[in-house]
Amino acid sequence: MCEQCGICTTSCPMSEEMDVSPAGIMRAVQIGDESILESKAIWYCASCFTCTVRCPRGIDLAKVTEALRQMTLRKNVDHIDIEKIEKEDLPPIALVSALRKFTG
Amino acid sequence: MAKVGVYVCHCGGNISDTVDVEEVAQFASKLPDVTVVRSISHMCSESGQKAILDDVEEYKLDRVVVSACSPQFQGATFRKTLIKAGLDPNMVEMANIREQSAWPHYEEPEKATEKAKILTAMAVEKIRLSKPVEIETLKIGKNVLVIGAGIAGIQASLDLANAGFNVYLVEEKPTIGGRMAQLSRTFPTEDCASCILAPKMADVADHPNINLMTYSEILEVNGSVGNFKVRIKKKPRYVDEKKCTACGDCEKVCPVSVPDEFNLGMTERKAIYLPSSTAVPHAHVIDDNACLGIVPLVCGLCAEACEADAINYDDAPQYININVDTIIVATGFDIFDAKLKPQYGYGKYKNVITALEMERMIVEMAEGHAIRPVGKDIAFVQCVGSRDAQVGNLYCSRICCMYATKLASLLKRADPSRDVYVFYTDLRAYGKGFEEYYRTAQDLGVKFIRGRPGELLEDPDNNKVIVRVEDTLTRNIIDKEFDLVVLSVGLVPSEGTKKIAELLKIPRSSDGFIKEAHPKFRPVDTPVEGIFVAGTAQGPKDIPDTVAQASGAAARAITLMNKGEYEMSPIKAIIDEEKCDGCGLCVEHCPVDAIELKKVAEINPAVCKGCGSCISSCPRDAIDLKIFSNEEIMAEIRNAVKDKKDGEKRILVFADDMCTYTLADSVGTAKMKYDASTYIIRVPSSSRITPKMMLKAFEMGADGIFLGECEKAVSPYPNTLEAIENNVNKAREALVKAGIEPERVEYSPFVTVMFKKFIGLVNGLSEKADKFGNIPEEKRKRLIVEEVVR
Repeated sequence: MCEQCGICTTSCPMSEEMDVSPAGIMRAVQIGDESILESKAIWYCASCFTCTVRCPRGIDLAKVTEALRQMTLRKNVDHIDIEKIEKEDLPPIALVSALRKFTG
Repeated sequence: MAKVGVYVCHCGGNISDTVDVEEVAQFASKLPDVTVVRSISHMCSESGQKAILDDVEEYKLDRVVVSACSPQFQGATFRKTLIKAGLDPNMVEMANIREQSAWPHYEEPEKATEKAKILTAMAVEKIRLSKPVEIETLKIGKNVLVIGAGIAGIQASLDLANAGFNVYLVEEKPTIGGRMAQLSRTFPTEDCASCILAPKMADVADHPNINLMTYSEILEVNGSVGNFKVRIKKKPRYVDEKKCTACGDCEKVCPVSVPDEFNLGMTERKAIYLPSSTAVPHAHVIDDNACLGIVPLVCGLCAEACEADAINYDDAPQYININVDTIIVATGFDIFDAKLKPQYGYGKYKNVITALEMERMIVEMAEGHAIRPVGKDIAFVQCVGSRDAQVGNLYCSRICCMYATKLASLLKRADPSRDVYVFYTDLRAYGKGFEEYYRTAQDLGVKFIRGRPGELLEDPDNNKVIVRVEDTLTRNIIDKEFDLVVLSVGLVPSEGTKKIAELLKIPRSSDGFIKEAHPKFRPVDTPVEGIFVAGTAQGPKDIPDTVAQASGAAARAITLMNKGEYEMSPIKAIIDEEKCDGCGLCVEHCPVDAIELKKVAEINPAVCKGCGSCISSCPRDAIDLKIFSNEEIMAEIRNAVKDKKDGEKRILVFADDMCTYTLADSVGTAKMKYDASTYIIRVPSSSRITPKMMLKAFEMGADGIFLGECEKAVSPYPNTLEAIENNVNKAREALVKAGIEPERVEYSPFVTVMFKKFIGLVNGLSEKADKFGNIPEEKRKRLIVEEVVR
């Protein structure tokens, strides 16, 4: 359903940090390129939903990206190592949401 | 006593290779009222038709059955044969033993032959009850109402007027010309829009056959084709068009300035104003909302200044009633409101404008007025308000790629030092000369970047606009600053279009534009007889397509009116006045408001579409359908389900003529197989099959009933799918009460390409009937007692 217009990319607050743009992530999903699961981009996603709200085809990109994350997490492979986080500087909610989002 | 001639066709082997035509002929000779039977190699040939003509003379036949191909294939041929024979063309019935027996059942010759016999019997029993058709004609005159005087309305009016028809052209603005008059140059030729439009506008004003009413509103429309009664309000101009010389002295003294809507609010006009420099009629008008006051008079300076004495403060609205025979809707478009895309900053950022504003700026610049600075770095953003699920406009507005290419080219050519970008998703250059024009734009140095901007930001220091866009071809993210950003806004149905659609009761498509009677074959007819549509009211399109459609709509109107007499389709619903008790349920039910309650219900044949869905709404069974009457259909049903042998099943399929019947024929033509126990009965719409008829069919021996109907988008009848669903649910309730499986009745919408769906559903129903077995007699008897009554 994605027409590769690129609105998602320039709506995304994290796109400058990503190795693959949000439109690029959707492209990979369209053509079945599973190497997208190895990208940094899907983990830099802030789940802000701006892409979803602006997509002219009505695609829920945030949901698709979450699904890509889950494909790794559900194999019991965490994206962060809890032991290695420096907890003193973090507000507790950041720790909680990181655990929810980045672990299986 | 009827005298029926039955003709069984070999079709050169197409039928006779599978069906034993001699056996069918033998069988037919024993049917009631059958006087003569022949089996002939090619019925449609000269010799086949001659056989009919000779037999009609010799045996005094008064009706004919041709067991051959589909009535959709050669039905017209045999109707002509009957007219030649001096008989009414409705007195022939075709039994479809080719597309609906020999071909789909080519692997089961015995079953195909049995089915051919039954189909022939059904046709004979139907034709015994058929009546001559009495084609009703309406007297029709030469008066046309054209609503909207943009290029579509102008073109249609000129074509009609030149053909000798009498046109009332009604325009709500004080000038004609519509959107085209606001444009600078037109793609791909770069003609000056007003220059090519002006002669046509002048022709309209001068034409003896065109009654032009500007600054006028349609208040009410009643009636039907051949007799539309229209009430029009002519708003007061306060200026006599014949006396006004457009000198402008009044404007100089008028103290009130308001935004000029012709220039989209970018410039100002006075309360007394000339609608545009090319306005037709070329006269001023007082905007009585902006004026300080007319009743009572507050200012009066304009009348003092007017040397032609053209101003009349006593002007008042005029109400005019006219009678017309046909109507053409040409109410045009509005542009998408770019404020609905807040991420593009329109209305907030100084330097974000719409393409229509750019058009006006270019026109004014060419006349030496710079309305606002243009700058050197200019960006066009495509698909604003189009192809966008977030604003509910899924469609493409068709012209924006080309108008942006045009505007970009004009800007670049006027000042080659400008840097002009077009940010697009697809570059749609589909028309004549379009692709070449796109290439020329690239040669000029216009930069085309494939990417749809996510957002525009304003630099607070200099008000320049930053465009954030991904170049999807390189995957680079671009953050570029521009002096001016132009939003290529899409087209939406105008407020006038929405209002007129409601007044005329013509439907709109899901995109909001006026709906056509058939998307392919009747693109300028609306589903309401006698009302046509042209131009952007029907959907986004450019000027050549608009003009073509306008001429098309004019031609369609002329076709309808030209003979002075208009032949209505004979398939109409009729009320039995003796049975009708005036309850009015049918009036409420009819989706096209064809029924009126006087002493009893009365159906207006000019409005009735002949779907027959009203029949099931009548608690007194007082409604029937001509040509496909209750007793004719029941005769077909009875003969399809009687004389069942043990273990045999009979599945009835009611097929609407336009879609399902055509589909069944195509399935047979493609030699695709389905269960041979299915008997297809042709109807204009399956909504004419009432719950009682379905229950009677089961009582008489049917094992399953399937109803097929056009999908909503291609259906000539509104709301029939809902009516069918209602009828099927009622029938199912009654079946359940009688202890019979409700799954024996099914319905589905179809379009003519759904081969597999048709076969799947029909075979599926047949399998269910096998599983359930024949309905035992005691249960069938219950159907009469426990019948559903409203």
